[in-house]
Amino acid sequence: MKKLGLAVLLFSFLLLTGYQAVASNRILQQTAGKEQVDIQVPPPPLSEDIYPCTMCHADMEVNLERRELVDFHEDIVLKHDEENRWCMDCHDANNRDFLHSASGQLISFEESYKLCGQCHGPKLRDWKVGIHGKRTGSWNGQKQYLLCVHCHDPHSPKFPKMKPEPAPQKPGKIK
Amino acid sequence: MSIKKYIHSPSKLNRRTFLKAAGITSSAALFSACVSKEAREAFLKKDFRSLSKDEIGVVIKRLEAQYTQKYGKSFSVSAKEPIPNTFFGYGLDISRCIGCRKCVYACVDENNQSRDPQIHYIKVLEMEKETGIDFIHADMYYDHEEVPYDGHFYLPVACQQCKNPPCVKSCPVGATWTEPDGIVVVDYDWCIGCRTCMAACPYGARQFNWGKPHLPAEDANPDTHFLGNRPRSKGVVEKCTFCIQRVREGRYPACVEVCPVGARKFGNLLDETSEIRYILENKRVIILKEELNTQPKFYYFYGT
Repeated sequence: MKKLGLAVLLFSFLLLTGYQAVASNRILQQTAGKEQVDIQVPPPPLSEDIYPCTMCHADMEVNLERRELVDFHEDIVLKHDEENRWCMDCHDANNRDFLHSASGQLISFEESYKLCGQCHGPKLRDWKVGIHGKRTGSWNGQKQYLLCVHCHDPHSPKFPKMKPEPAPQKPGKIK
Repeated sequence: MSIKKYIHSPSKLNRRTFLKAAGITSSAALFSACVSKEAREAFLKKDFRSLSKDEIGVVIKRLEAQYTQKYGKSFSVSAKEPIPNTFFGYGLDISRCIGCRKCVYACVDENNQSRDPQIHYIKVLEMEKETGIDFIHADMYYDHEEVPYDGHFYLPVACQQCKNPPCVKSCPVGATWTEPDGIVVVDYDWCIGCRTCMAACPYGARQFNWGKPHLPAEDANPDTHFLGNRPRSKGVVEKCTFCIQRVREGRYPACVEVCPVGARKFGNLLDETSEIRYILENKRVIILKEELNTQPKFYYFYGT
């Protein structure tokens, strides 16, 4: 457990110090041009007190019944086609540290974009070529991607509104 | 000897030529005696494009010393040349922008604009979804509690980096031009402040330093480029340079890096694998005021 805590600490440290430091992450193939380019994806923004899920779920009985959560995870508000979906449509009931596709294939949290891409195909395509989503780094060299879940809360993916920065001064006020 | 003959004699010293010669001699003496060597060099400097590499080096050293002293931190002024085979283009996803104005202030922080009087390169225009792009009824002074405001969309406008720039054509002294990598720049030392370029620009992209620019030392960005974000003086015109000091180092412009929704895209139009080329080839793209034949390299697109 001590080792795990250390690993989690190191993980979050790497997350904080920037993606360039993380070299061991998933590699994507870019398909925009003729050349195939390796792209590094940062680790998912999992909170250390929640993940791995098996910390708690390993000893718990699986309850597949769709219900309102009261004991834990009650802070999660599902606003993502909530009428038709529930936790177990994306999270795997038997392998708690994984997600799963509609066909039942396991998907790791690092590759969650594959899960999102099942419904949001055109977005996944645009993300792979760097049109959807944000990229930093250098325009003629190494670029850093963000996963879908870095910007969108997967349980409530619509962007929250935000307060704008102050309006510019009107010319009349400029001295 | 008649008086007439005396006046018309070219060989004799008359009152006018005497005063002229005396004036020139005394002001030259005054100039060299009272004005420092640096100021003299600055005053006699040629325009940027006429300077040799050695002369640029001298100018840059002088500027670095001047800024370092003024702002109390070590300034670097680069004159880095364009990267070969680059021609920059910019993409902005209108369907993503939420009007948060983070780009406006990231630009100010990066490019050392005057804080007071306030100078912004980016103007975020708010427009009604019902009417679509409509400059006359657009509002850049919106002040909502939260954005995006219902029923509205946002169109940030800065320099469109035209391939056929009316501002460059209108400048009477050649103080603004297009660099080989497509960036339209201003030589602040050569600008005479006539503002003809501002009248010529159909996008309102150029800003004039009406007052002495106020840039607090703690806010000054010391990594500068001669043709970009080095501190300006009163009476000169300035504009967006795609963050020339960053993009010539391979970095993204500050506005691209700060955008929280990833609406801003930047890259090399000559590189067919670049993001900007993908946008041009696969998305619905518009340019502003196309009918004016300014040929912007700033492309607005619909990502969805």
